[in-house]
Amino acid sequence: MAPLLELKNYSTHYVSARGTRVVKAVDTVSLVLNSGETLGIVGESGSGKTTLALSILRLLPMAARKTDGEILFEGEDLLKKSTEEMRQIRGKRIAMILQDPMASLNPLFTIGDQVSEPLRVHEGTPRRTAWQKATALLKAVRITAPETRVREYPHQMSGGMRQRIVGAMGIACEPRLLIADEPTTSLDLTIQAQYLALLRDLQREHGLALIFITHNLGIVAKMCDRVAVMYAGRLVEFGPVRKIFDQPRHPYTRALLQSIPRFADSRNRLTAIGGQPPDLSAPPLGCAFHPRCPDAIDRCRGEAPPETGTTNGHTVRCWVAGS
Amino acid sequence: MTALLEAVDLFKHFPVRRGVFGKAHGAVRAVDGISFTIEKGKTLGVVGESGCGKTTTAKLVLGLEDPTGGALRFNGEDVASLDAAGRRRYRRGIQAVFQDPYASLNPRMRVGEIIMEPLITHERHDTPELKRRLERLLDLVGLPARAAALFPHEFSGGQRQRIAIARSLALSPSLVVLDEPVSALDVSIRAQILNLLRDLQAELGLAYLFIAHDLAAVAHMSHTIAVMYLGRVVELGDANTVATAARHPYTRALFAAALPSHPDEKREEIVLAGEVPSPLNPPAGCHFHPRCPSVMERCRGEEPKLRTGIRVACHLYE
Ligand SMILES: Nc1ncnc2c1ncn2[C@@H]1O[C@H](COP(=O)(O)OP(=O)(O)OP(=O)(O)O)[C@@H](O)[C@H]1O
Ligand SMILES: Nc1ncnc2c1ncn2[C@@H]1O[C@H](COP(=O)(O)OP(=O)(O)OP(=O)(O)O)[C@@H](O)[C@H]1O
Ligand code: SF4
Ligand code: SF4
Ligand SMILES: [Mg+2]
Ligand SMILES: [Mg+2]
Repeated sequence: MAPLLELKNYSTHYVSARGTRVVKAVDTVSLVLNSGETLGIVGESGSGKTTLALSILRLLPMAARKTDGEILFEGEDLLKKSTEEMRQIRGKRIAMILQDPMASLNPLFTIGDQVSEPLRVHEGTPRRTAWQKATALLKAVRITAPETRVREYPHQMSGGMRQRIVGAMGIACEPRLLIADEPTTSLDLTIQAQYLALLRDLQREHGLALIFITHNLGIVAKMCDRVAVMYAGRLVEFGPVRKIFDQPRHPYTRALLQSIPRFADSRNRLTAIGGQPPDLSAPPLGCAFHPRCPDAIDRCRGEAPPETGTTNGHTVRCWVAGS
Repeated sequence: MTALLEAVDLFKHFPVRRGVFGKAHGAVRAVDGISFTIEKGKTLGVVGESGCGKTTTAKLVLGLEDPTGGALRFNGEDVASLDAAGRRRYRRGIQAVFQDPYASLNPRMRVGEIIMEPLITHERHDTPELKRRLERLLDLVGLPARAAALFPHEFSGGQRQRIAIARSLALSPSLVVLDEPVSALDVSIRAQILNLLRDLQAELGLAYLFIAHDLAAVAHMSHTIAVMYLGRVVELGDANTVATAARHPYTRALFAAALPSHPDEKREEIVLAGEVPSPLNPPAGCHFHPRCPSVMERCRGEEPKLRTGIRVACHLYE
């Protein structure tokens, strides 16, 4: 079976208006995602996660002047679609939940209008029916008293409710792929647990594929089948979730997993990663992780490592781990 | 031995007004009768959902807000009855580091000035002494001496948080309030800062009031943990016990919601219904009763108290 989504050597570079500043926000990334699966994209701030998601939706800002490679969705290259075709795909076949739910909600329109909008736009559902469906969707995302909530406005909702409403908008047209860009500062834990449980149920019921963009390895452990670890615009490791947690190969993935506090060994000192994340407008030469890498060899300072190990679905970009 | 800091039945209610000059009608019960102690050199962790009163508690401890009821004792002395000199000692003895290292540092001041500002306002030292202290503070937080001449924007998030920590240590406090000190930082930097805070505690004998949403980080940093819900402490105890063998139904739900550190780590599934109610109109009796899976009749009318001995505010444990 062909994968639902496949990126082949895909890149997005931001180029400043004068062409003097180039940020390789996404650099030759390859990955696959099957129907009904969940992919976690992890990486620090600025590593290119949102850019990757916006690339799939073709919603990149103006400054993204250079893109390269292929993005195959249900076997067809999205980069070759017309603007009109993309409009049909967005919201209907692929939907995205943004980092900040308020960014997706218009304060001047009722919840009902906003949740029913994708239905009216993509499926031409008449207003009345669309509103009825919106009420059902709010119920599906466990909003209590949905019949009254449809007539209310975003400011009348709590943070957790807004997040779920945006979720309802995302699944309105039953997309095949839902991309969720997680808020950096996390939701309240019990609300977050509700939200994750809800996404899981929706996934089971509708067989949709999920992409989770997150800083949080805990979310990856809980939700994902596959993991893509990004560092400075590159996919440094990609593989099944258990492989990544049990046998991480890339030094950055290993260090990241060791650095998080755990309940089990509470009072032990953490294994910190030294140094600072790179500045993407002037990344280190060679492997971008080399200034912080305990395993770096001479070659790492001059030459970027290629991706290796594609056969078993676990790939790594590292001179040492990949050889 | 007297505790470094003791809060006794502390309250902070904010009046709610219509318009700026309107009459107060009701109050936000941000902190609603809480008691805890912080021992010298130890860490009290405070956890609980957004709006439960953690930052308000921190502000009360820092003297940035005055309590509307109850008392704070610092080294055994009632803070409210301190004279001017005593109050200055208290203010200097407790310093703070906040979440956002970008907002808390003046962008127009050099790092050296930022760190030394509290020392210059509170103490008189000659220039060589100031220089010596500055170097020691930078060294303590792992920044090079040349950092003093630079501006905050020339540093990364993690380094700025080091600057904020150095500043908080300038007056040799005995207690540092840490309100979400790592949540704005990159995941790969957090361990550096948590390790630094632990090293400083060991080296300088600092006590911490540590507030964070990341439960594993709080368990890692704390000796005792207080769990708050709608302005009240519902459970207080040894960090390990609270993290692994919690008793209060809310604490259990909270820790069950913590994310696993491995795909095979299974946590108890307790998905709570509903939202956190508003502190303007908290439910009667046990504040948690509308969401509690173990709710009983008496919970709706009678407020459970945190008692000495079992420090769990729940009728199940009476
Ligand atoms: N419109 C833009 N113009 C120029 N550079 C940009 C633009 N948007 C993003 N960048 C740069 O591209 C890089 C990747 O940004 P991106 O937002 O994809 O990162 P991210 O991994 O989503 O980060 P975060 O975790 O903070 O959301 C960053 O270095 C960023 O500064
Ligand atoms: N100055 C104020 N006036 C009125 N209400 C206030 C004031 N400060 C805080 N509150 C309210 O008191 C309650 C407790 O707020 P607080 O900031 O202490 O919560 P918190 O536990 O720190 O939350 P978070 O985890 O979101 O930081 C909230 O309902 C808040 O809206
Ligand atoms: S390529 Fe070299 S520097 Fe990069 S992660 Fe591998 S060993 Fe470290
Ligand atoms: S007092 Fe009652 S409602 Fe409150 S936590 Fe205990 S059992 Fe639940
Ligand atoms: Mg992003
Ligand atoms: Mg707070």
